[in-house]
Amino acid sequence: MANLIIFLVLLVLGYVFGQMAERRHFKSIIERERQYKHIMCFNERTLPPQTISPEVALVAGNVVISIDYFKRIVAGLNNIFGGRVAAYESLIERARREAILRMKAEAETLGGQSIFNVKLETASIYKGSGQQVGSVEVYAYGTTLIKRT
Amino acid sequence: MIITNIEIIPGKTIVKHLGMVQGNTVRAKHVGRDIMAGFKNIFGGELKGYTELLQEAREESVARMTQQAEAIGANAVINVRFSTSSITAGAAELFAYGTAVILE
Repeated sequence: MANLIIFLVLLVLGYVFGQMAERRHFKSIIERERQYKHIMCFNERTLPPQTISPEVALVAGNVVISIDYFKRIVAGLNNIFGGRVAAYESLIERARREAILRMKAEAETLGGQSIFNVKLETASIYKGSGQQVGSVEVYAYGTTLIKRT
Repeated sequence: MIITNIEIIPGKTIVKHLGMVQGNTVRAKHVGRDIMAGFKNIFGGELKGYTELLQEAREESVARMTQQAEAIGANAVINVRFSTSSITAGAAELFAYGTAVILE
């Protein structure tokens, strides 16, 4: 009985705080995406031939985001019935967009205008109880071009 | 020392390729961070401790790669790639590699 109560409390806590955190995070992501709109990202390896840029630098951004308890249980149920696991889709989307934003923020502090050869790397770094992946790391890196005036 | 992950450095010519240089580091998370991560697994959200840990580890692997490049007389590393692999439960290896070159 006590176990069931703990489980339900965790489920409700996970749902309430998880949804709140996710909504807040998406809001801040959208806001910052607008703020860094002027920094263009490309995944091309070659620069356009007319590019004149005296300086280049490697910029990177990483983030580790954890899933909440409620979504983990929902994802567990999805494992039985199959199909889309929407709980993890939004988690990974948040992580990717956040990592790209951090990379852009670093480029901005260096005075870069564009980022070339952007690579994204995803790794699950933490395994929770029952060997379920509880959190995901995304690392974004690229080369920024800095124009000196 | 210029580090990039593209194949050329705009405005400069590569005089000599010196081959691949690499740097790695294996890191384990400590217990305090693990407990905090346990809490975060209930509420969801960013694991700041882990983010910092991995960032530091990557910086160290890049520093080791740079050291190796300097030792063989290079002044730039191009085409840098990062890779992560988990070796055992609780420890991860972060690996950075690239081509050491001499620029004009």
